[in-house]
Amino acid sequence: MSRRRRAAIVGVAESEVGRTPHLTVLSQQAAATRAALSEAGLGPGDVDALFVAGNWSWAPALTLAEYLGLSPDYLDSTNIGGSSFEAHLGHATAAIEAGLIDVALITYGSTQRSNRSRASARPPATLTEQFDRPFGLPQPVGAYALAANRYFHQYGATGEQLAEVAVSARQWAAHNPHAYHRDPITVDDVLGSPMISDPLHVLDCCLVTDGGGALVVAAEDRWPDVRTRPVVVLGHGETTTHHSIARMPDLTVTGAARSGPAAMKMAGVTHADFDLLEIYDSFTITVLLTLESLGFCEPGGAGELVALGRTGPGGDLPMNTNGGGLSYTHPGMYGIFLLIEATRQLRHDFAAGSVRQVDDARLALVHGTGGVLSSTSTVVLGRG
Amino acid sequence: MEDLVPDAETQPFWDGVAAGELRLQRCGECDRAVFYPRALCPHCFGDRLDWFTSPGKGTVYAYTVARRAFSPSAGTPPYTVALIDLDEGVRMLSRIVGDSPVRIGDRVELEITRLGGEDSPALPCFRVRESV
Ligand SMILES: [Zn+2]
Repeated sequence: MSRRRRAAIVGVAESEVGRTPHLTVLSQQAAATRAALSEAGLGPGDVDALFVAGNWSWAPALTLAEYLGLSPDYLDSTNIGGSSFEAHLGHATAAIEAGLIDVALITYGSTQRSNRSRASARPPATLTEQFDRPFGLPQPVGAYALAANRYFHQYGATGEQLAEVAVSARQWAAHNPHAYHRDPITVDDVLGSPMISDPLHVLDCCLVTDGGGALVVAAEDRWPDVRTRPVVVLGHGETTTHHSIARMPDLTVTGAARSGPAAMKMAGVTHADFDLLEIYDSFTITVLLTLESLGFCEPGGAGELVALGRTGPGGDLPMNTNGGGLSYTHPGMYGIFLLIEATRQLRHDFAAGSVRQVDDARLALVHGTGGVLSSTSTVVLGRG
Repeated sequence: MEDLVPDAETQPFWDGVAAGELRLQRCGECDRAVFYPRALCPHCFGDRLDWFTSPGKGTVYAYTVARRAFSPSAGTPPYTVALIDLDEGVRMLSRIVGDSPVRIGDRVELEITRLGGEDSPALPCFRVRESV
């Protein structure tokens, strides 16, 4: 059997991130799309597939296609929360490999921070949420707090270990001019910040920002047409374990235990092969649970993995090199920003020898998490 | 915003709470308990689900102390929200009432309470009966 036609990310861009009251979820996606296509040297006429997630429209793919003036032959608005975009990349890759499409556009936009200051109404509880919402768990932080508390109980983990994740992210953010917070923080700063839902403090929680992003994914036969160095999609996996945190089978094991091995097996790589990790950091606990579920260490061992600056700049396991959802940006569904950063690292876009650029980065693991540890989607990307 | 939205499928559960009972379902095919109520057993896909009344005893699997208000019907923080493993083998998100400190592994018992005052809905909460 002949080798399947490969897929690669050939263009990436984010829109303005932070607080952007002058933008909309659509204008953000338009700006990011234009920049991502332009970087690739492609135009709207090249796009034959559209992937988009969001809860801003009953049919976001239709709304966005009309707004952008696109008429794609392949549509996917799978919404599995923040991990949607890793899933979209997996789906786009499968469609490219199957010969169904040639050039896919994956986008995201959010005005959640600006919305907050305009009007803030929670959507009504529906269906299964009637068994959770009346009890007043602050969402999503309370769900992650339950997991953190259970994790502490099982493994004797500590708030200091969680704090190391936030400190490491902030160290990377200092080298990202677009990061929302760039001032250095210490473990004591994290532990001294106000408690939101025990044991998670303010600095254990991701930012609440506006922002958008876009990826252009192209089939192998289109790579000679593009201006960038392709970043090849080598493997992907996705799963869900629950919707409500009350139905999570084991609060210390996420779906990464399935999506991670699936992606690595497809790519034919193992843990030691990765030069960098981009791991969804909705909360500090998300990162520890994910590293363990992915198999980068034994259960209960992630605290050691993130300690002593190992995941920070200059560490042996560079992770969340843009500052992550904790310090760079987090417009609600963060997954697309993990892919944008991994792509830039693998293209060696940052100055050689700079702190931000991971030396000779060739293989990256990108892992999205959605809902309240509810969905996971993992991709393996390689320098083309 | 309303947090409690009973529907045709879940009304018997909420009627039970209003009557001071915790009503769960049991699957007629695999004999396992099911919570929340539904039309299909999530363990075996059986569709013969019968109601029964739980004694409401369980163990704390995880908890958190919420420091920020979230739900209008849930009262004023701080308060303890917990995941309770009922003895029947199902897990519920709920609230721990009373002043005793909560630990994972504590034994708890059902106490139906109106968290947001007299006008708020009755909810199946739990009180610590035995600390670890
Ligand atoms: Zn059954």
